[in-house]
Amino acid sequence: MNADWIDLIEKMRQGSVRALSRLVSRVENRDPGWMEAMQQIYPLSGQARLIGITGSPGAGKSTLTNGMARELVSKGFKVGIIAVDPSSPFSGGSLLGDRVRMKDLWDLDEVFIRSMATRGALGGLNQSARDVANLLDAFGKDFVLIETVGVGQDEVEVVRAADLVLVVCVPGQGDGVQALKAGIMEIADIFVVNKADREGAEELFLDIQSMLDMDSNQDKPRPPVLRTTANQNQGLPELVVSVLDLLKSSRHRQAWKKIRIREELIGLLEKQLTGWIKDQWEKDGDLEKAVRQIERRERDPYSIVRERLDHLMQNMRKDDPSGKR
Amino acid sequence: MTEKKIRVLVAKPGLDGHDRGAKVIAYSLRDAGFEVIYSGLRQTTDSIIRAAIQEDVDVVGLSILSGAHLTLTRRVAEGLKAQGADEVVLLVGGVIPDEDIPTLREIGVKEIFTSGTSVNQVVESIKKHVHHNSPKEAGQ
Repeated sequence: MNADWIDLIEKMRQGSVRALSRLVSRVENRDPGWMEAMQQIYPLSGQARLIGITGSPGAGKSTLTNGMARELVSKGFKVGIIAVDPSSPFSGGSLLGDRVRMKDLWDLDEVFIRSMATRGALGGLNQSARDVANLLDAFGKDFVLIETVGVGQDEVEVVRAADLVLVVCVPGQGDGVQALKAGIMEIADIFVVNKADREGAEELFLDIQSMLDMDSNQDKPRPPVLRTTANQNQGLPELVVSVLDLLKSSRHRQAWKKIRIREELIGLLEKQLTGWIKDQWEKDGDLEKAVRQIERRERDPYSIVRERLDHLMQNMRKDDPSGKR
Repeated sequence: MTEKKIRVLVAKPGLDGHDRGAKVIAYSLRDAGFEVIYSGLRQTTDSIIRAAIQEDVDVVGLSILSGAHLTLTRRVAEGLKAQGADEVVLLVGGVIPDEDIPTLREIGVKEIFTSGTSVNQVVESIKKHVHHNSPKEAGQ
């Protein structure tokens, strides 16, 4: 590992916010050496609880995160926040505006806010968000709040990795329960009906309750449904108390933990392999050739991928000293 | 496999309440492929510095229409330096009288954009200044 990685890790351990922030960037960018760096950082982590906050766009997730973080700080906790926003698939750019709604936290030493763009599919938001959470954990945060829009597989994966998941719903988005995508309802540990001062909040509350009545999954404790009006700080102390209580009990999460670790291992390997395969294929120029062939309909994608796979396996056997060769 | 993105903080220090210009710039920079952190109106210089550090941005763009550009910009420049982040490219846009431009440059502002600047100019200047910085980083 390079000296500058070691230097940054050392400074982070001494409490430098700047060093932490640089580490986050370099890990997010997958700078050479990032895995060795995370290897050093991982043993320092393991204390923080990870809370995922998800819901449809405009549900008030950032405002809610702001209120929760402020509440947690007032109880003496240190809080890290990862605010995820989508990257444009066209320009690759993104507008990260969640800080606007976190005014109460701007000047608190206990809070570190980091905005993250989803970047390309190959970037693997899921894994890099976990890495950043590990970094904040190692830095000494007691809680890491990850907020992300609950659309798209990758975003759901991010909150799935959390110790506790809040699903935020708001009245006035049609049938509130229908609007929640499959896969999101199932991961909720707490439902929050935000903007509870608005018309339709009571119906939404009842909708969620009746949906939970119909839930046949008996293994999981029934998630509480709480009302908040985050921009007026209504219901937030109660929400935080509920979060802390659930974290204390969190029975079902024990079984879940192994699944998470398994997913993380496979995910990490997958990302590394995919990147390597793509690099190799691009480097030897065969990828472009294959694209041209398929474009002209001289070849089909299936046989090309099978060929490539054979080629990779052969190379692996050659490299393996215990191999037959 | 590294994928470095240019990160830009667009901030509005001080007391003026007009952020149309800042938002137009923020959208355009996003469309140019940057990761843009927009932090909202009426920020203190201290919270701008904190945001720049936490977000590890390459560029801080201040939008100032209030007439207080010298004081506010100096505070941000000094704050970044105090945090060891003086390589962050500082840009200022807004209503800036010509006679203040030399002073802003002395403070450390890399480019000053007054009204009439095209969005393209801003994009190009960010690319130029960040690339100017990056060889240092690449030599790690």
